[in-house]
Amino acid sequence: MSSPLIPSSAAEAAAIVIEARAKKTPLAIVGGGSRSAIGRPMQTAADLSSRALSGLTLYEPAEMVIGARAGTPLADVENALAEKGQRLSFEPMDHRPLLGSSGEPTIGAVAAGNVSGPRRLQAGAARDSLIGVKFINGRGEDIKSGGRVMKNVTGLDLVKLSAGAWGTLGFLHEVVFKVLPKPETEATLMLSGLDDSRAVAALSVALGSPFEPTGAAHLPRWIDRVAKTLIRLEGFSDSLRYRAGALRALLAEFGAIDLLDEHTSASLWRQVRDATFLAKPRAQAVWRVSVAPARGPEVVAAIREGRDVRCFYDWGGGLIWVATDAADDAGATAIRKAIARSGSGHATLVRGTPELRASIDVFQPLTPPLAALHRRLKASFDPDGVLNPGKMHAEF
Amino acid sequence: MTAIAFPAPDAGILARRDAIVAGLAALLPAESLVESSDERRVFETDGLTAYRRQPLAVALPSTTEQAAAVMKYCHDNGVPVVARGAGTSLSGGAIPQEDAVVIGLGKMSRILSIDYANRVARVQAGVTNLAITGAVAADGFFYAPDPSSQLACTIGGNIGMNSGGAHCLKYGVTTNNVLGATVVLNDGTVVEIGGDHLDSEGYDLLGLMHGSEGQLGLITEATVRILRAAEGARPVLFGFDTSEEAGAATAAIIASGIIPVAIEFMDKPAIDICEAYAKAGYPLDVAALLIVEVEGSDEEMDAQLRKIVAIAKQHGVKVVKESQSAMEAALIWKGRKSAFGATGRIADYICMDGTIPTGQLPLVLRRMDEIVKRHGLRVANVFHAGDGNLHPLILYNCNDPVEQAKAEEAGNEILKLCVDVGGCLTGEHGVGIEKRDLMTHQFNKVDLDQQMRARAAFDPGWLLNPAKVFPLEGRVSG
Repeated sequence: MSSPLIPSSAAEAAAIVIEARAKKTPLAIVGGGSRSAIGRPMQTAADLSSRALSGLTLYEPAEMVIGARAGTPLADVENALAEKGQRLSFEPMDHRPLLGSSGEPTIGAVAAGNVSGPRRLQAGAARDSLIGVKFINGRGEDIKSGGRVMKNVTGLDLVKLSAGAWGTLGFLHEVVFKVLPKPETEATLMLSGLDDSRAVAALSVALGSPFEPTGAAHLPRWIDRVAKTLIRLEGFSDSLRYRAGALRALLAEFGAIDLLDEHTSASLWRQVRDATFLAKPRAQAVWRVSVAPARGPEVVAAIREGRDVRCFYDWGGGLIWVATDAADDAGATAIRKAIARSGSGHATLVRGTPELRASIDVFQPLTPPLAALHRRLKASFDPDGVLNPGKMHAEF
Repeated sequence: MTAIAFPAPDAGILARRDAIVAGLAALLPAESLVESSDERRVFETDGLTAYRRQPLAVALPSTTEQAAAVMKYCHDNGVPVVARGAGTSLSGGAIPQEDAVVIGLGKMSRILSIDYANRVARVQAGVTNLAITGAVAADGFFYAPDPSSQLACTIGGNIGMNSGGAHCLKYGVTTNNVLGATVVLNDGTVVEIGGDHLDSEGYDLLGLMHGSEGQLGLITEATVRILRAAEGARPVLFGFDTSEEAGAATAAIIASGIIPVAIEFMDKPAIDICEAYAKAGYPLDVAALLIVEVEGSDEEMDAQLRKIVAIAKQHGVKVVKESQSAMEAALIWKGRKSAFGATGRIADYICMDGTIPTGQLPLVLRRMDEIVKRHGLRVANVFHAGDGNLHPLILYNCNDPVEQAKAEEAGNEILKLCVDVGGCLTGEHGVGIEKRDLMTHQFNKVDLDQQMRARAAFDPGWLLNPAKVFPLEGRVSG
């Protein structure tokens, strides 16, 4: 592999893609490198880096919108927002603890991977906050979609399509997000000692209440001796006091409730967001499983029929982080069978050796008609497979 | 009025009409096929009534299987298809063409299941927006997006247009509130996208379907999020001497960290029209009016409103009306919610829909006034101030073709203005035919070509609602 190609403008990036297409030398897109180990290993001739495309392009706090070039460190975006008392509402996960990676996460990768955190269940995912993109497609054309206003979609929404496409449809060079005010404070209600089913039932009561939890997670007892069920509240302190009291009453049947203060709450939710409980042992494979929240425990029970796994729940039970022994298929078949039996959902291998990622479906396999649609969509953006070929699915 | 062109109908298809009707009759129960000229007339237009085209035939399937059979038939026989919900589109999204079969979802209006544990409802695409909330309201839940036409409009149409409403500032638009859909593809293949889990796998096809205006496939069922309603909601009304002050107050409220569920703006002409009709007690001696609504318990609402009123006072508010009862709250909203009906009493109007960066509001109001005056017309403005979505109502006389043409021209200039200040051509009404020919003002050729190539991945033959969204010239198929 040659040294990375580092364009310092959209025009340079376009020229690189045009040349790669002509020479049939596919490109691997990299940002800060902290998430490069997600996805299938690729056969590419060079890395195309967003590193030199850095800096905010727009920030209007009163309009709650921020734009940045794709290689801008996420930390720079978050710092600029924090100065004005705002934040990205979808709480992007930092993959470094889980993957053991280094490098500086970029805002472009947050968009490309649709990287969200615990607040996704209330505030939406990255794809819901992303309102504008500019990218170089596989023909080397500079395409824009969406813009800087909240109701952003005119014509087809290529913004949403870009989110979660992991760079297979285009090299993002600029992204625009809507943002929200950072609440005055936060606190977490904690129930103790519940099994998975009771815990998810309690979370369901909280999420079906008018008190607007912005986080709902369950940490089984393997993590810290006693199982903890967490419900996060955010807002003005007087409102938070009121809602905490109301939720306590509502959840009385689930046992005693502790109230964790702002500092404890924030550090605990950072661990939930980053799945740090599964950081070690590094040799284990880690899966991210998305199902209907109330069916989370039955999916876990079904996975456990065949193998020993460690897991915890976020999104009220709808997001399950599962660590498995990396032998054989690392549980791919068992996990996907359990999901299928429960109804709808999917599983993504987030951590695994390159050999494992090359040998199994990292992303959920698609039904034949959907796979055909994906192939045609990929071709409509990148007809010759120049951009991250095979990163999501082997055949495109 | 014939300013907006339709593609010339395919004479070959028109000549085959009897065979096509017979082919459809073999796939559908008799009551699900509309083919007499009188009955087809019901389907010839939508909310953009200035344009009408009678379709070849209308299919009203009552199951996904029937819808799929019709789609397959039309695909195999090269017949265009126009999907239709309730026909309330203001941009002409559901207007047929003479050589097309309309597939109406009116018979698919059932709520299939309600799942409170997972906070979702599974519905057929022809269910009305309000019926979803109606089905869960007794249990304290609601479906969030609330377009003005919510009594009539369908969830399928809402997805097609990515509809919004007054409360998007807090709850988002349709695309943020739908988790799954059953989609019939152009050739009749039925696919499930997403489900009742939060993020769907693969490319975000569900996101792509939203706002695709029936060009990618036919949605027959959807899984929507239902949310627990807040304990209470309460509006406050502010009158300002200038729209600049109202705009600055809006910005300051947001900067304070409060996210109201709605911030609605009305200008002087809109205030006058609505007050004359609704007798809502709106002040008539102000130039701009804001309705700000908050949610929560009584104590929480009191606290938020105290902060909001204090901010308004720092920005020169002239009139403050707080609602002391549910009746007063309803009255404050009554004026705003009757804006379209009240305007219709005094004149015909075109309801425009564009989006601007909220900071540009004073400039846009001034320029809009100039544009409309130059055409010898009047405009009244209602505006979702929190999210920048403008709804100028251009008043004109629809029996005067010259005035009608002027109104359309003024509307086009206003939409171009929205784009020029950094916004876009649409907010929540879609492109349809109304804004189709303005797409080149917002997008350059490579942008549009990329959209059309993505479209072609679903419908390479341009049979699905083909007259809409993209300019008729320069279309690409892959």
